[in-house]
Amino acid sequence: MTVFDMAEVSLRELNQALHDATDGEFEVVNPRGAHAVASGIDSEISVTIDGPVGYYCAGMHQRGSVQVNGNASAGLAENIMSGTVRITGSATMSAGATGHGGLVVIEGNAGARCGISMKGVDIVVGGNVGHMTAFMAQSGNLVVLGDAGADLGDSLYEANLFIRGSVESLGADCVEKELRPEHIETLRQLLAAAGMDADPTDFTRYGSARTLYNFHIDDIDAELAGGAS
Amino acid sequence: MTDWHQRESYSYDRNVIAEIRRAANTGIYRIRGWGAKRELPTLDDLVLLGASMSRYPLEGYREACGTDLTIGAETAENPISLDIPITIAGMSFGSLSANAKEALGRGANAAGTSTTTGDGGMTPEERTHSATLVYQYLPSRYGMNPDDLRKADAIEVVVGQGAKPGGGGMLMGQKITERVGEMRDLPVGIDQRSACRHPDWTGPDDLAIKIIELREIVDWKVPVYVKVGAARPYYDTALAVKAGADAVVVDGMQGGTAATQDVFIEHVGIPTIAAIPEAVRALKDLGVHRGRVKLIAAGGIRSGADVAKALALGADATSIGTAALIAIGDNDPAYDDEYRQLGSAAGVWEDFQAGTDPAGITTQDPTLSSRLDPVIGGRRLANYLQVLTLETQTLARACGKSHVTNLEPEDLAALTVEAAAMAKVPLAGTSWIPGET
Repeated sequence: MTVFDMAEVSLRELNQALHDATDGEFEVVNPRGAHAVASGIDSEISVTIDGPVGYYCAGMHQRGSVQVNGNASAGLAENIMSGTVRITGSATMSAGATGHGGLVVIEGNAGARCGISMKGVDIVVGGNVGHMTAFMAQSGNLVVLGDAGADLGDSLYEANLFIRGSVESLGADCVEKELRPEHIETLRQLLAAAGMDADPTDFTRYGSARTLYNFHIDDIDAELAGGAS
Repeated sequence: MTDWHQRESYSYDRNVIAEIRRAANTGIYRIRGWGAKRELPTLDDLVLLGASMSRYPLEGYREACGTDLTIGAETAENPISLDIPITIAGMSFGSLSANAKEALGRGANAAGTSTTTGDGGMTPEERTHSATLVYQYLPSRYGMNPDDLRKADAIEVVVGQGAKPGGGGMLMGQKITERVGEMRDLPVGIDQRSACRHPDWTGPDDLAIKIIELREIVDWKVPVYVKVGAARPYYDTALAVKAGADAVVVDGMQGGTAATQDVFIEHVGIPTIAAIPEAVRALKDLGVHRGRVKLIAAGGIRSGADVAKALALGADATSIGTAALIAIGDNDPAYDDEYRQLGSAAGVWEDFQAGTDPAGITTQDPTLSSRLDPVIGGRRLANYLQVLTLETQTLARACGKSHVTNLEPEDLAALTVEAAAMAKVPLAGTSWIPGET
């Protein structure tokens, strides 16, 4: 285990060391809310961060794992490609934004726009999520054990949203959908991967009504021409 | 019977009437490509003041007149070095065919300048064919991949675009093929409407942190640009500098697009001639003009005269999109019959959104795309860029400049009061700058 004390090591030195590593375990202490901690990891390393982190912790994460023992600010694991990012506390806005793959686990709550524009990532939130969660979410799965704020899944594409608690309101084109056996199995696997104890059948699935996928274009002239012929 | 009552209305001319009828028939706003087409104040409204008795010209065909530019020397391990002050603006694979992207890369390579990706990410072919490739970091993050980010020679954080400041891009269903859909993680055939703001930052303070994150991920190897659509260029430029940009790209309202609402293209943003001086004022106020932060002006750059005037107003470089497409074959008269079959004509074709481009440029149709020979297209672009550069040098030498970025506002005069006010240079034959003198 290699330990980096951010009271003594700069962000640049820390991230460069993590980028240069190809394997191994690392511990970061005294992060003190620093931004971009452990961003850009691209190898099978394991990083544990003891304390709160600022914006974009584990941004663009690939392979390997990052665990934050504390809270995180905006953009936790934004654009994650693969691997795992776990946080024992809560995350503010845009956690897992645009993630293309991998798993993000937030044991506490997530703020606004969790999973915004997600593109294949799986996100599991132990607590509640804020407004505009999964806005324009394209694919992947979002699991929320608590409640969801207003405008859940606005302008959703093909992502699946599983909410165990209440939903303040659904966004445009987001609708409740049947929880079929394959979804229950997906939920079971995600809950197990996240280490969360919950019954998959207690969740409600939300998805896209797909009414916004294409413009609705009238053509009165063609209709009249067709009627005349 | 007199025909005085038959005259055409100024307010309701035939184009206006046609648009009202089209809107009434379809119930959808007009979506098209290209940039603003209505008459706007342009760089044509300025003239360069060549040397005479009070100024000393350089020998036009012989004396050196530098055109090179370096971006990011103070922050990036590998700064961008350009041979000419003209770059190729961001245009996506998806909006353009693979052959068109290849042609742009080949032409830019030959001229010693950069190309730029677009909404949808970087294709392997694009990286192969562009020696200097700027990777756009857009609100949609379609195709956003840290592996590609690390392959880029610079990163351009796109906040806005001249054709649609405040709006997101579009790619209509006809162009969302399986490959394009896979790159963007979207269902095939949907009408893609991109996000207009970034998903994980909301203001300039956040952007400063975002730029640090981007630099950390690429180990501070490459420069970071910020691109804004020209709306409030003084404040936008100042905030981009504050956020840490190495270059600010200011895109005037003449800047083109692959597809957006006509009402957006024609009615949002300000012309390039008005945007450059305000961006320069911000850079000067912050003490970075012609220094740490470079200004790249875009939107309606067509000739070496436009380049020279943009540089004289204070830009460090220019960027072209529409002109580059024309150079490689867009609106080719050879396809006039086919343009007419589509209800258009060579010279006015603007339906880049339709995917039916006879020239094979703004399409994903393999048959149409195959019409564009990327090698020939690249040669045409290289020739065009050479002409722009030679013209710029010719004009700079005439003003006595040994480097094109030595051009300055003092080398300009305005032909109209409006241009004088916007460009902040004197009305020709006077010392009057409206609002200033």
